[in-house]
Amino acid sequence: MYRYDEFDQTFVAQRVAQFRDQVARRLVGELTEDEFRPLRLMNGLYLQLHAYMLRVAVPYGTLSSRQMRKLAHIARRYDKGYGHFTTRQNIQYNWPALKDVPDILMELAEVEMHALQTSGNCIRNVTADQYSGAAADEIEDPRICAEVIRQWSSLHPEFSFLPRKFKVAVTGAPHDRAAVAVHDIGIRIVRGDDGEVGYAVLAGGGQGRTPMIGKTVRAFLPKPYLLSYLEAILRVYNEFGRRDNMFKARIKILVHEVGIDEFRRRVEEEWEHIRGTAVEVPEEEVRRIASYFAPPTFARLPAVSEGFERQQRTDAQFALWARASLHPHKQPGYAIVNISLKPIGGVPGDATAEQMDIIADLAERYAFDEVRVTHEQNLTLPHVRQDDLYALWQELDAAGLATANINTVTDIIACPGLDYCNLANARAIPIAQKISERFGDIEQAHDIGELKIKISGCINACGHHHVGHIGILGVDKKGVEFYQLTLGGDATETAALGELVGPAFGYDDVVDAVEKLVRIYLGLRQENERFLDTYRRVGLQPFKEKLYAAH
Amino acid sequence: MPLIRNGRLADDPWTALADDAELPPTGAVIVSLARFRTEREVLFNRGAPLGIRLKSSELASEIGADAPRLDLIAIDFPVFRDGRGYSTARLLRERWGFAGELRAVGNVLRDQLLFMDRCGFDAFEVESPDAVAAWEKALAEFSVFYQPATDARVPARLQRLQRRAAS
Ligand code: SF4
Repeated sequence: MYRYDEFDQTFVAQRVAQFRDQVARRLVGELTEDEFRPLRLMNGLYLQLHAYMLRVAVPYGTLSSRQMRKLAHIARRYDKGYGHFTTRQNIQYNWPALKDVPDILMELAEVEMHALQTSGNCIRNVTADQYSGAAADEIEDPRICAEVIRQWSSLHPEFSFLPRKFKVAVTGAPHDRAAVAVHDIGIRIVRGDDGEVGYAVLAGGGQGRTPMIGKTVRAFLPKPYLLSYLEAILRVYNEFGRRDNMFKARIKILVHEVGIDEFRRRVEEEWEHIRGTAVEVPEEEVRRIASYFAPPTFARLPAVSEGFERQQRTDAQFALWARASLHPHKQPGYAIVNISLKPIGGVPGDATAEQMDIIADLAERYAFDEVRVTHEQNLTLPHVRQDDLYALWQELDAAGLATANINTVTDIIACPGLDYCNLANARAIPIAQKISERFGDIEQAHDIGELKIKISGCINACGHHHVGHIGILGVDKKGVEFYQLTLGGDATETAALGELVGPAFGYDDVVDAVEKLVRIYLGLRQENERFLDTYRRVGLQPFKEKLYAAH
Repeated sequence: MPLIRNGRLADDPWTALADDAELPPTGAVIVSLARFRTEREVLFNRGAPLGIRLKSSELASEIGADAPRLDLIAIDFPVFRDGRGYSTARLLRERWGFAGELRAVGNVLRDQLLFMDRCGFDAFEVESPDAVAAWEKALAEFSVFYQPATDARVPARLQRLQRRAAS
């Protein structure tokens, strides 16, 4: 993975010093909260319902064991002993004291981490496929592109006061695990007609109150022009994005209002002026960055481990976990292992300091020292020998980290909602917990199959409800929490926005309604159909009728 | 309001002219873009320095090819969050060949000065009385930069190449 050199190290150290000075000015009252706000927001520090919240960047979701241990240490020393992994592959601490934040940032800098650009109207931390460098279907490791973008966007002097926040995601594989179509810019690494590797560039996707699927600005961008093209898009957005209304300020509204053809024309015109200029990243620098993402030294192994096969036959619990948690690895004899942060009845994405330490330890022993954070709020060990899976599983199980529910009905995404967030209309976490308990029988969950439930506590959609197979949105009706249900959303390469089923449900009824939807699906499904497939075949109507039918 | 130019507190010899104010026979004036448009020839032929003040919504292309003939362009930041002026500044400098004084006016805060400096501003109207000290501090806070801009600072990626070539 990427390692800081002296320049990167100096940069984050200077950033910490700058913020330490700003915090000091705030603490002595030289800065008012109003004046301090934009400064702290540029360092990922929010003021929430009860306390400050610090959001730490995990660039493209990749962590080393050393970094994970540091996250555990911070949770223990400066917070209440846990951290919360988010849908943007970051980690949030919900209870730091303002005076401690410069020290936290300094500790992070020691392990080459920061909280830069995890908030504010700037180019946010870049996300990527959590299976980067490991997935069998990958064209190229997207983290190389993501790291180039991370550096270019760091304190970009022109693009730090955009109309609104700006999120970029990169996928290196045709199967899109990074949800690039619902980002301000989505980049797909593709192979052109002559086999050349380049980028398909999408813009104008997003969730929030006006969800949109991103549109293709350029179907094929040759690799050397990555940064000039991004700079052209950002400049067009900076100049023409709406600033009169915060709710219409995202790039998706600009793309929608001027139309993709006009938007593309402006971008390409701007690009003509700057392509091939000093903004482009030199090839040698790309090679330098790429060298950090060279694959680890894998052992040469048979494609299938006999021991692993046997252990699955003899231990049903292990087999169940393996079925849910593993993903094919490009290297014979290896597997990608997902670690569920969704224990039955737990808070999605939370991990205790002890669990973080254990995972760091396991990554060191079994996975070439790497951990990934997924946008579905789980963790991944990207490179594990199949021979080691049984031992790994036992250790995970002992730490309460072996819930065999990845991709199932209890692998729920939920935003912080009313428990933490001052924008929330309704609670999200308790709904996730109740649904999780309702479907707590793991075998039953496997029978239901792949089902993505996503919950947001308000229309800002941090819980990605628009792209949930079942989306749950908290709304406020005269001071009472209600929940709207949407069906058929999808965040992958077949991206779609969910459709509203009908009238909202109250806090006490929404879990029953979700269960009913699942039952309706089970009644309708044909062989091997996932919830989403059935929904796409039969449409909204049968679900709607049965859901609201008097019982 | 204190004016910092090229790192020093400076006197301001410019008169900001309201749209309905009479054009003085001599002296450097700053006019709005609207006034510039209607009185372009008169203003250019006055034989005195000419500046234009742009609102944040007025983009670089609206001055366009006239940029090299101007002595000053002031770009307004009605609120620090409105970042259009950064693009306007870069484009005036890099695309339209503006070499005169590029002045940031309005809600110009010390924590923005480095960004502005990097985008080609060389003059700042600031509120704080200890402006120069703050300005110097703001510009010295970083020594590593990750992208080229209008300024001459060498981005980290080139420093890396240079270092490698030297070793
Ligand atoms: S979706 Fe709304 S409630 Fe949930 S975290 Fe985002 S802003 Fe807060």
